Amino acid sequence: MKSFTYERVDTPAAATAGFARTPGARFIAGGTNLLDLMKLEIETPAHLIDVSRLKLDTIEPTSDGGLRIGAMVRNTDLAADARIRRDYGLVSRALVAGASGQLRNKATTAGNLLQRTRCPYFYDTNQPCNKRRPGSGCAAIGGFSRLHAVVGASEACIATHPSDMAVAMQALDAMVETVDKAGKTRRIALADLYRAPGSTPHLETALAPGELITAVTLPKPVGGTHIYHKVRDRASYAFALISVGVVVQPDGSGRVALGGVGYKPWRVKAADAELPRGAKAATSALLAGAKTSHENAYKLPLVERTLAGVLAQAKG
Amino acid sequence: MKFDTPATENPIDQLKVVGKPTSRIEGPLKTSGTAPYAYERHDAVPNQAYGFIVGSAIAKGRIASMDLAEAKAAPGVLAIVTAASAGMLGKGDFNTARLLGGPEIQHYHQAIAIVVAESFEQARAAAGLVRVQYTRDKGNFDLASSLDGAIKPPAFFGTEPDSSFGDFDAAFASAPVKLDEHYTTPDHSHAMMEPHASIASWDGDKLTLWTSNQMIAWSVGDVAKTLGIPRENVRLVSPYIGGGFGAKLFVRADAILAALGARAAGRPVKVALPRPLIANNTTHRPATIQRIRLGATSDGKLTSIGHESWSGDLKGGGPETAVGQTRLLYAAPHRMTAMRLAVLDLPEGNAMRAPGEAPGLMALEIAIDEMAEKLGMDPVAFRILNDTQVDPEKPERKFSQRQLNECLRIGADKFGWAARNPKPGLTRDGRWLVGTGVAAAFRNNLNEKSAARVRLDRAGRVIVETDMTDIGTGSYTIIAQTAAEMLGVPLDQVEVRLGDSLFPVSAGSGGQWGANSSTAGVYAACAKLRTAIAQKLGLDPAKATFANGKVSAGGKSIALARAAADGEVVAEDMMEYGDLAQTFQQSTFGAHFVEAAVDAATGEIRLRRMLAVCAAGRILNPKAARSQVIGAMTMGAGAALMEELAVDKRFGFFVNHDLAGYEVPVHADIPSQDVIFLDEVDPTTSPMKAKGVGELGICGVAAAVANAVYHATGIRVRNYPVTLDKLIDRLPAIA
Ligand SMILES: Cc1cc2nc3c(=O)[nH]c(=O)nc-3n(C[C@H](O)[C@H](O)[C@H](O)COP(=O)(O)OP(=O)(O)OC[C@H]3O[C@@H](n4cnc5c(N)ncnc54)[C@H](O)[C@@H]3O)c2cc1C
Ligand code: SF4
Repeated sequence: MKSFTYERVDTPAAATAGFARTPGARFIAGGTNLLDLMKLEIETPAHLIDVSRLKLDTIEPTSDGGLRIGAMVRNTDLAADARIRRDYGLVSRALVAGASGQLRNKATTAGNLLQRTRCPYFYDTNQPCNKRRPGSGCAAIGGFSRLHAVVGASEACIATHPSDMAVAMQALDAMVETVDKAGKTRRIALADLYRAPGSTPHLETALAPGELITAVTLPKPVGGTHIYHKVRDRASYAFALISVGVVVQPDGSGRVALGGVGYKPWRVKAADAELPRGAKAATSALLAGAKTSHENAYKLPLVERTLAGVLAQAKG
Repeated sequence: MKFDTPATENPIDQLKVVGKPTSRIEGPLKTSGTAPYAYERHDAVPNQAYGFIVGSAIAKGRIASMDLAEAKAAPGVLAIVTAASAGMLGKGDFNTARLLGGPEIQHYHQAIAIVVAESFEQARAAAGLVRVQYTRDKGNFDLASSLDGAIKPPAFFGTEPDSSFGDFDAAFASAPVKLDEHYTTPDHSHAMMEPHASIASWDGDKLTLWTSNQMIAWSVGDVAKTLGIPRENVRLVSPYIGGGFGAKLFVRADAILAALGARAAGRPVKVALPRPLIANNTTHRPATIQRIRLGATSDGKLTSIGHESWSGDLKGGGPETAVGQTRLLYAAPHRMTAMRLAVLDLPEGNAMRAPGEAPGLMALEIAIDEMAEKLGMDPVAFRILNDTQVDPEKPERKFSQRQLNECLRIGADKFGWAARNPKPGLTRDGRWLVGTGVAAAFRNNLNEKSAARVRLDRAGRVIVETDMTDIGTGSYTIIAQTAAEMLGVPLDQVEVRLGDSLFPVSAGSGGQWGANSSTAGVYAACAKLRTAIAQKLGLDPAKATFANGKVSAGGKSIALARAAADGEVVAEDMMEYGDLAQTFQQSTFGAHFVEAAVDAATGEIRLRRMLAVCAAGRILNPKAARSQVIGAMTMGAGAALMEELAVDKRFGFFVNHDLAGYEVPVHADIPSQDVIFLDEVDPTTSPMKAKGVGELGICGVAAAVANAVYHATGIRVRNYPVTLDKLIDRLPAIA
């Protein structure tokens, strides 16, 4: 770990100002991802701006009947919130399928969205990795790739995004609210937050340097049956091999998002339309153009079968 | 004391303390976080500095250049030691690769430097500033493609590479029912909780290491040899060990580099191996490829058993002895086994919990299940039919005790085996396909000589000293139970001091020999102390009985403490062994039963019930023994369902080298577990009449799980771990 300076801020303005003052800074929220990466010198910020005490820790109704989730709401609190559990069960279920109780007590909504990949080569600074060291190559391609992406990947990077919560939020059309150094706020569809790796996998999001996430909003409840099925070798405390989040309406229509298959939670509008026709049709749309290695080819049948199981479960 | 004829009745047989379920005497220290593990010995010596180890970034080749300037100039740095500055170093007898590499690199993450600084953070930051240029050599990292070059290794810890009996080839060729299959087991990491850790302190030319080590005397020798100093100048202290499973049988880089760092810095130095370094820097259980051939008559009698195993290791290393149990487990007149060893440039392989038997039974006990099915027989009945009460390769040698059939019968009864539908893939519970599986457990018994010193003090307290270790197994408690039984005092009158090389040399903890061997050593010392006490009190030592804090003989009864009225009474002795282990085949047996459920859609596998029935001599402390077995069953479940060091065959290393990537079971993976110990005393093993259970518990578990998955799905997976990607294409079609 490299030495760094540290400040704790009380307001979003102070946070972004701190960033403007000290290039190379990083926001730190729960620290459950950033600190691990700093210990391994995968992240080497010169300055940390602690945003964990910002008063962005409430969940409020929005004017259009949805919810605004403060960026600093802890994963545990979000999963337990009565409104989330009643109207957005997918979010609650995805959250409790992730990490452990202790981690969820620390982890924040914004930090969860911005956690970085769990590609094991990314974690080993001796290995080539375009995401960690641009231009050094990708050790996962042709290597141990059982956990890696099958859609949206590039010749430069086949990493997946590991968040469970983001899969649920993506299925529910969440929006991310931010404020930048100039104090300008904007709303970004979660679908547009993550950048495709292309030839620059180190550039992961649409956020500008120093742009702070202040909240995530969920539109008004869509009803239906919410199921999140996270598939993994170990029954708990493991990242998804793949995950399937669905909201299914009584008439069989609905929406579906996948985790563990791409650089972001994977949602394809055409697949939603195919849902009433069943898992095979929806999966064809979701995974169109998939590229697999010998080690991760199982993800294609696994998605289809998991989705089939989930749809059967939704029917009751 | 020499143990060379079967034990007769002795004070242990009273079973007032021994054999009673007893909570660990050091348990409160551990549950309250106050047991001082090596890295936490802040009190041991003042002015400790921190060391951080740099591991090689390549698997094979040379260090072309090393630039330490930036690291040396970093804040707080006191010293940096590399192979270039360490002076001549030897290599321990138990190490394959050198513990400080350079310029030649023998494996990935081989230690190449230690940076010593005032704080841990400074040492770690400076370690990141060590600049190294390497010249890579081509290495060989793939076992499967190395089979042709594999050689017949020399005998390994007394195990010959090959065995043959009768005429295997002819018998197999003519067998009416045959099986010929290959099985693979991957590399495994011990993944114990406590990382390897040491504090080193020099006093002139004398070195003390507070460390975490299973085998004190071996390791004193290897530290001395590596550093080129006399063994008398090395003291090892290792009273608490947060798990080892074989990973701490040997001296590792933490100890040697702490010593080198301390010498260079002129201060005590503490070092722990960071978790991401452990998988590649230390030892692991090597992967195997196994071929099993079984021939049987159509009524289910095995006529031929063939088992071959290939594994790899660094040059100079040894094989994984995966065929050992096959020489002893089932009857058949014609047999062969063979082990072959390939040279691989992966990190060094070595013992992990039940080396040999654990991976060997992972294969053999699937093969037996497959053969039973071919024969249309129940797998429990098939095993019982092919039992042997003698060593099949030396029929004149009997097993000292062998209750495998009883384990299988009692287990089947308790588990409800009779209700099982013999056809696989037919039992459904909602979305789950449900199946049950069985496997035999077998682990050889080993006795090792072991010494102890026992003192009786003025207060009538008994103090036991031996360099035996407690790696979480419960050694403290069974040793206290032994001394309490021998001297007729309550458990709380006994103090046990372990893990210090100043104490008499014990068997140490390995190969499940620790419990029987170390208590036998304490028995010997206590027997000597009894004589000394009786003499002191003017009683006939041959007639004296020790009970309730009193010594009685010839109508007289005197308080034990009186013997020490004018000073401690001390006795030291060692238990040594004659040839009973040659006359008799001493082994431990068990049967594992598992119920597993497989998600019909996703192939996710979740266990529902586990039962182990064990016959392993006298159970000294049923509570600790049960803990050992359920822990081993848990580890076996890990081997079955998730544990695998993923090899990068291009760069030559284990990729998933942390506990996020190398998955071991969590609570949610482990269902209700039950353990039954059969009543057994084995007078041929020692006066304790005990054997070990800590490794028996893992043997066969993974195969029982794999067999249950087969029974649930009808899909046979022969390559561990059994994961859903190996099932997914063959699961029943979904709606
Ligand atoms: C052992 C382990 C297991 C885990 N298992 C799972 C799992 O199964 N599923 C899963 O989904 N997750 C899992 N996680 C990841 C966990 O969910 C994340 O670590 C956590 O959500 C990150 O939140 P945080 O607040 O601690 O983020 P931090 O570590 O503080 O920050 C993460 C990143 O977000 C940035 N950031 C934080 N707040 C803001 C903000 N307001 N605006 C802009 N940038 C910001 C930081 O600069 C940093 O780059 C696991 C983590 C661990 C350690
Ligand atoms: S997949 Fe991406 S993160 Fe992993 S090694 Fe390749 S470039 Fe790095």
